[in-house]
Parts: sequence; structure tokens; C-alpha cells
Amino acid sequence: MSSPQSFDPKAYWSATLKLLVTTLIIWFVVSFGAGILFRDALDSIHLGGYPLGFWFAQQGSIFVFVGLIFWYAKRMDKIDREHDVHED
Amino acid sequence: MELKTLTFLVVGLSFALYIGIAIWARAGTTKEFYVAGGGVHPIVNGMATGADWMSAASFISMAGLIAFLGYGGSVYLMGWTGGYVLLAVLLAPYLRKFGKFTVPQFIGDRYYSQTARIVAVICLIFISFTYVAGQMRGVGIVFSRFLEVDITTGLIIGMGLVFFYAVLGGMKGITYTQVAQYIVLIFAYTIPAVFISLQIAGNPFPQLGLGGHTGDMYFLDKLNKTVTDLGFAAYTSGNKSMIDVICITLALMAGTAGLPHVIVRFFTVPKVHDARLSAGWALVFIAILYTAAPAVGAMARYNLHATVNTAVATGGDVFAPEASIQGETRPDWMKRWEKTGLIKWEDKNGDGRIQYYNEKSKDEAFLAKAEAAGWKGNELGSDKKGKFDGTVDRDIMVLANPEIAGLPNWVIALIAAGGIAAALSTAAGLLLVISSSISHDLLKGVFTKNISEKGELLAGRIAAAVAVGIAGYLGYNPPGFVAQVVAFAFGLACASLFPTIVLGIFSKQMNRGGAIAGMLTGLIFTMTYIVYFKRDVLLGMDKVPDSQWLFGISPEGIGVIGMLLNFAVSFIVMKMTAPCPDHIQHLVEGIRYPRGAGSAQSH
Repeated sequence: MSSPQSFDPKAYWSATLKLLVTTLIIWFVVSFGAGILFRDALDSIHLGGYPLGFWFAQQGSIFVFVGLIFWYAKRMDKIDREHDVHED
Repeated sequence: MELKTLTFLVVGLSFALYIGIAIWARAGTTKEFYVAGGGVHPIVNGMATGADWMSAASFISMAGLIAFLGYGGSVYLMGWTGGYVLLAVLLAPYLRKFGKFTVPQFIGDRYYSQTARIVAVICLIFISFTYVAGQMRGVGIVFSRFLEVDITTGLIIGMGLVFFYAVLGGMKGITYTQVAQYIVLIFAYTIPAVFISLQIAGNPFPQLGLGGHTGDMYFLDKLNKTVTDLGFAAYTSGNKSMIDVICITLALMAGTAGLPHVIVRFFTVPKVHDARLSAGWALVFIAILYTAAPAVGAMARYNLHATVNTAVATGGDVFAPEASIQGETRPDWMKRWEKTGLIKWEDKNGDGRIQYYNEKSKDEAFLAKAEAAGWKGNELGSDKKGKFDGTVDRDIMVLANPEIAGLPNWVIALIAAGGIAAALSTAAGLLLVISSSISHDLLKGVFTKNISEKGELLAGRIAAAVAVGIAGYLGYNPPGFVAQVVAFAFGLACASLFPTIVLGIFSKQMNRGGAIAGMLTGLIFTMTYIVYFKRDVLLGMDKVPDSQWLFGISPEGIGVIGMLLNFAVSFIVMKMTAPCPDHIQHLVEGIRYPRGAGSAQSH
């Protein structure tokens, strides 16, 4: 587990934490936010036959979760490369 | 071909496939037994994780739960998928970098303490055994309902099969059988879903069909009208308090991320990068079922009402006497499932017709109309020990779904194979983490440190065999709380393992004393609360009224409070005890970046 020469652990970790917080904010907003806390307000808007809050709670949040993980993985790869700690 | 023969054939073929794979993927080393050799492709691992994750409850019960809870069912949909985001950003990549075999091993090494490791094993065993009992029961139930053998025979066949490939193949055997099981279960789930969505909304995608039209109305509006006409709460409205909905959802999410059998799946991929991606793939495969489930639930609910009351589909008067179907001419599927007790008709007003409505409605005007129509109580329910119970068993929404929708026999046979696949794949994953925590954490790690590789592998196999036996016994003779085990397993994982692992990665200062005190607090608090409020089902004592819930939080959601207590106690005890040694802080530093992640190591 030796770290590379040019590696700045503090900068790497703060970039990682920043991305982590962004990811968790999106995670929270689409599920707890749109699906639960602000559901009543969103339900007045319709997406086809779906009241929007209901859609977020039963469909939308899941779609966002899937996209979110792949987006996170891609951004982490970029951070890893920028700090020269990527694998191979 | 006759339904029963066809079902035997389909289930038999799926079993032959699993056995074939198990023989091909035998484990020769402890590394293969614990982490499938550590070289599993992230997409393959994602698929295996999907099967591992989706249990008998996801496959058989979830759509039915949603059907009767409506919006309230969202807690399961968000809760059992959102946990993968937590896994991807908080746990999987770091635990993969750490590169060991088991969850207790991480906790023991990170907190430089055998005690912490043993406490983690205790948490793991509680979580995994409660969960596995439900799976074995699920296997028995599917066997007895579709193949008309008794539950015990079904259980023994299921145990035999799991024994064969979990004991022989370890993680390697399990991983590749789970891939096959995923394919079986996802076909079994989506084919009826596509048909039912086509029938009702004219759209082959259930995800779109649920938001589509039926006739000249949106389907959800039609469903809301149908259920409110019959005195039930509107489908798209919820009935739980907001704080409880939030807590249950969060407890299921954090619980998912803290379940050992899910976490270890991420030890099997080659790199840290793969661990992140694999969480995404796992959720893709899970989302295929989870986004179809709300449509299956809502449409099955509609079909059930439309079958019993012909005015539902035509938009006529539901109270008209001829709208309720005659009991004599009720559909064949209803008669067939009456034998299992999942559904039962009791002609309370003696008119020979079936009235299915909410007799406990709070709408006075509705109740007055029902009485004027000569309805003397809801007549469709289930059989609870020979007595009529006014709720239709929710499992029927998936199990009888193809028959209600009039689908061909091979689809029904597929449902049986899918239900068994879902239960077996989860059971195998759980049994493996139980056996590895015993052979690797307790024997190799604590009690017999100089055990040979061969000896450890044998110990792992014996532990797996014993665990299969215990799981089978619990499935045969469930301690009366099979329906409640989900709350238990998730609450305990959320309150004990999840916070302790997260702290181990994100706080360099967290020390031995803090972690042990935190885990024990979370575990004991959550367990006590659940047992106290479920003591009527668990211990046969008088029920404690729900009005006494702490902050209005149900036992299903209390894991969140347990988690907060775990965090708080960890930090307080950390401040009062000796600081975390330097070499451990370096270890934590090392797991935070990917470079240098070799494959999983045994020590």
C-alpha cells in the first residue's frame, strides 16, 4: 500500500468528499425530497398518468439512483487519474 | 400439457441447471470458497448481487404489499434500491481496497480488536439467520402451492439443493448459480408483467403502462376511482405519518448497505474501480424488477376488483346487485387458490354473490350505500386457521397473477421456478456469510489461529452444512415471526454494522472502544425496541399499543434511531478512551485511494 511520489492525500480526499456530498444530496433530493417531503406539492403536476410525487416515489428515484452510481463511478475515475492513484 | 406436469418440468430443468453449474464451479481454495477467487467481472457480479439481493420477499410479496398499500409501498421501492447508492459511495470501494474476506475481519483489523471482531460476528449471525429463515420458508411455500407436495418435503428438497452448491462451491459456486437464478427469476417476473400491462394499458413496458391510459382514463385515476368507490383509501395516497415513512425508508437503505451478504459480493471483483461499477450494475439488474413491481401490484389490484365486480370495468354502479359476480360461477383460479387458504369467499348476506369492499371504511355515506344495497360485510378474504379473515393474502397478487390475467400455463410454471430461484439464491448467499464468519473469523481469526488452508476449507464446509440444517429447521418450525424478520434484519444491520463500517473508513480517529460501544448500543437498542413492540407475534404476549411508539416511529423504522445512537455513543466513548494508534490511522489512509488494491487476501 505504498503511495505514489506526487500524491497529496489531503487534496485527493477533499475532492472525493466533495463528490460524495454532491452524490448524497442528489440521492436525498430525489427520494426523501421529491418522493416524501414535497410529494403533495409535486402531485399537482402530472407526468402522463402519474402524479409527479408518486412517480418519484415509485419509479423516478430508482432511475436516478442507477444513473447516479454510474456518474459517480465515472467522476471518481477522473479524480483517481488526476491525483495519479488510479489502478494500472 | 397439464399445469402440474409442466411446473415439475420447468422447476426440474432449473434445478438441473444449478447443479450442473455447481459441479463446474467447485471451490478448491479458501480464496475461491470465500470470494470466488476475486476475479469476477463487475457485470457478472452485478447480476449475482441482484439474485442474492432479491429474496422470496421481493419476488413473491413485494408487489402484493404495494397493491394493498398503494403509495405506502414506496418505502420498499426506494428503501431497497437507494441502499446501493450508499454502498457505492460509502462502503464497497473502500472495503474492496482493504482486500480481506469477511465483514467482521474488516471490523477486527480496523479496530485492532478481537472483541470488535466477535461482536461483529454476533451482529452478522443475528442478521443473517433471521433473514435466511424466511427464505427457506419461501422455498417450502412455493413447493407446496405449485407442486402440491407438503411444506416439509419442499423444504428438504430446497435444503438439499442449497447444501449441494453452497457447501461444494462456496462463493464461486454461489456466484455462478446466482447468475442463472437471476435470469430465471427476472424472466418469470417480467413476462407476466408485460402481458398484464399490455392487457390493461396497451403498453408492453409496465413502467410506462402504469402511467398510461385504460379506456379513456389514466389507469391510476381509474384505479383510484375503483378503490374509493369500494370504500378503500385512494391508491396514490398514503396512510403512514411522514416521520415514519422517512425512518422506514432510511432504515431499509442503510440496512441494505450494512447487510454482510451484500457487502461481501463486492470483495469478489478484481479492482476498486470495478467495485463502484458493480454496485451500478447490481442496481440496473434490481431495477428491472423493482420498477415493474409497482405496475404489477397496481394492475393486479385492479384486476382483482374488476373480476369480482363487473361494474368496475364498465364504470357502472358498483352497488347494483348484478354487478357483484355469482359465487357459483367464480373463476377457476379463485377455486384453485382457495385450497391454499390465500383467498376465501364467505357469503355473509346469503345472496350467492361476492361483495368485496372495505367494511371498515370511515366514509359514512359509503357505508350507508353499502347497507342499502344489502351488503352485510366484506365477503372476500383469506383463510386463517379455518376462520375467515377479511384481507386477501397479498402473496396471491404475484402467485396467481398469471391466472388472473388468463396467461398460458408455461408462464405459471415459470413463476414457480422464479420464486424458488429468488429464495434459493438469497439463502445461499446468507449461508455463505454465516459459514465464513465461523470458519474464517472465529476459528482462523480467534480460536485456532494455526489452522491449515485445507482445515479451514473443511471447517467452512461443515459450518455451511450446519447452517443449512438450522435454516431448514427455522423454515420448518418458524418462531412465529417470519413476516417480521425483514424488520429485524434491516433494523439490526442499519443500527449495528453500517455505522461502524462507515466510521471505520471516514473517521481516522475512531477507536476500539468507540466502535464496540457503538455497535452494542445500536444492536441492543434496536432489538429491544422491536421485540417490545412485536411481543404479541414474537412472544405471544399482549400487544403494546402503537400509540406508545417513540416519536411515532414504527419497529420497521427504529433502526434509524439505533444508527444515530450508535454514532453518538461511538464519538462519546472515543473521546473518553485511548486514541486510535498511528499504524491504524495509516491503514485507514491506505484504503482511501485505489492504487495498490491487490486481490483479496486471507490475512
